[in-house]
Amino acid sequence: MHPAFSVVFFTTATGAGYGLLALLGVLAGQGFVPPDFWFGLVGMGLALGLISAGLLSSAGHLGRPERAWRAFSQWRSSWLSREGVASVATFVPAGLFAVGWVFLGRTNGWVAVAGLLAAVGAIATVCTTGMIYASLKPIAQWHSRFTLPGYLIFSAMSGSVILNALLQGFAVGSKTMVAFSLLLTFFGWGWKLATWRYNDRLEIPTNANTATGLAGGTVRSLEWPHTEENYLLKEMGFRIARKHKARLRQITQVLAFALPVSLLIAALALPWPYAAVLSAFATIAQFAGMLVERWLFFAEAKHTVTLYYGR
Amino acid sequence: MTCLPAHTDKKLGLVIDLDTCVGCQACVTACKEWNTGGHMAPLTDIDPYGGDVDGVWFNRVHSYEHMTEMGGRTVNFPRSCLHCETPACVTVCPTGASYKRASDGIVLVDEDKCIGCKLCSWACPYGAREFDTDVGVMKKCTLCVDRIYNDNLAEEDRVPACVAACPTSARHFGDLGDPASAISQLVAERGGVDLMPELGYQPTNKYLPPRAQTPRAASVPAPALEPVRAEGGFLGWVDRMLSH
Repeated sequence: MHPAFSVVFFTTATGAGYGLLALLGVLAGQGFVPPDFWFGLVGMGLALGLISAGLLSSAGHLGRPERAWRAFSQWRSSWLSREGVASVATFVPAGLFAVGWVFLGRTNGWVAVAGLLAAVGAIATVCTTGMIYASLKPIAQWHSRFTLPGYLIFSAMSGSVILNALLQGFAVGSKTMVAFSLLLTFFGWGWKLATWRYNDRLEIPTNANTATGLAGGTVRSLEWPHTEENYLLKEMGFRIARKHKARLRQITQVLAFALPVSLLIAALALPWPYAAVLSAFATIAQFAGMLVERWLFFAEAKHTVTLYYGR
Repeated sequence: MTCLPAHTDKKLGLVIDLDTCVGCQACVTACKEWNTGGHMAPLTDIDPYGGDVDGVWFNRVHSYEHMTEMGGRTVNFPRSCLHCETPACVTVCPTGASYKRASDGIVLVDEDKCIGCKLCSWACPYGAREFDTDVGVMKKCTLCVDRIYNDNLAEEDRVPACVAACPTSARHFGDLGDPASAISQLVAERGGVDLMPELGYQPTNKYLPPRAQTPRAASVPAPALEPVRAEGGFLGWVDRMLSH
């Protein structure tokens, strides 16, 4: 599948943004995070900024963005429509929570409830994003039990690493938070490795025989219907060389997982302000690594239409 | 509404005979000619006379080599929308632009509602939908909905353009929901098949596999020529003489 940058950035940014929003909503409401004005402003600003930037980027992927409002109508059948509804609905409790926590300095009562509702909305939105991909039968690498949990795990992971860096930056960090983000990064790493292992061993029942209805023997493409690349090949027939893929997987592992893990372990051992600097670098490395991971998520996915082209 | 109708009164579709298709591309050009002025018009061409041609087509004919124990043969394979009974391209649509008609089962796109998110083309395993980069919306086969009900055409012309154009009658049009229809009987008689049945889209269109090869027909006309041995034998002598 063609990795459009707008969609790669959208899923990565909103994943991190919703992860951060959910953690802030739960932790601040429960009093684990101080009701400090500047911390709240930066934290909520970053969470809602990542979400908004991602949503705007996804609109850039559309052929007719001026009609995007129509996408809220078909939530009965479409995961994409559900994502639109859930993402906009989440802004309501998130906005109330931001006002209560940041500007009124409250973390109890209705502010705590709004925080919890924002967390629920954030989790629901990430689920709908994952289901858009997991529900597509023609793409076996996405239509698997790894896709939806992957989106949730990576969202929680990147959200926790950002939250830790924020807490460290405001000198209100804790070893518990560093350990929590470290644990989630390990979990994300393991999940990605398991997903790659599953995809590499995938045996798909769909092949050139079932695609053409020609039973038995071998079916080899002799001639394409057209001489140049068409929409199908540009959008669905995107290919990368195997050695290229292996290298990109290494880059993903280093940037998204290995480097943040090392930096966070060092942050665990060292005092502030070193821990703060290391936490910030862990965040930057992981975000860049997740962009590569998401690029690979698209580039490695093989659509059944490629069977018609002998690819 | 992108929810699917529980029942369609008819199941209009195509039956394509892979035994008689000669790959002449007449259906491809007839489809393009009709539909670039029809319901989904225009079928945009980008840089049509340049070096990087691209454009929207609803019907594309591939050629395959099918090798079995019986021998090999060339199969020409027209590929277009199969107007599935459970089309995921419709249910994934966030705007309601894609829909399946309850009256005849035809899958259509309302171009005025399409936002061009392309998700429907991802959801179609058959590559039936093509994005028009110029207009910014998705386009697909309409089963010539503007021909088959068109009272201005003579009755024999009220079939999809691809069917009307086929010189070998490899394409048939009719109601596949009616077991008594000529097209359903043809499918039963010739053992028509679904494409990628394992994905569960339940395509309406059927493909008739090529007829079995018979021993009467020469599968390979003559044994392959052996390379001439370099040493000894009459042919070796001829080879040496001719090589001088």
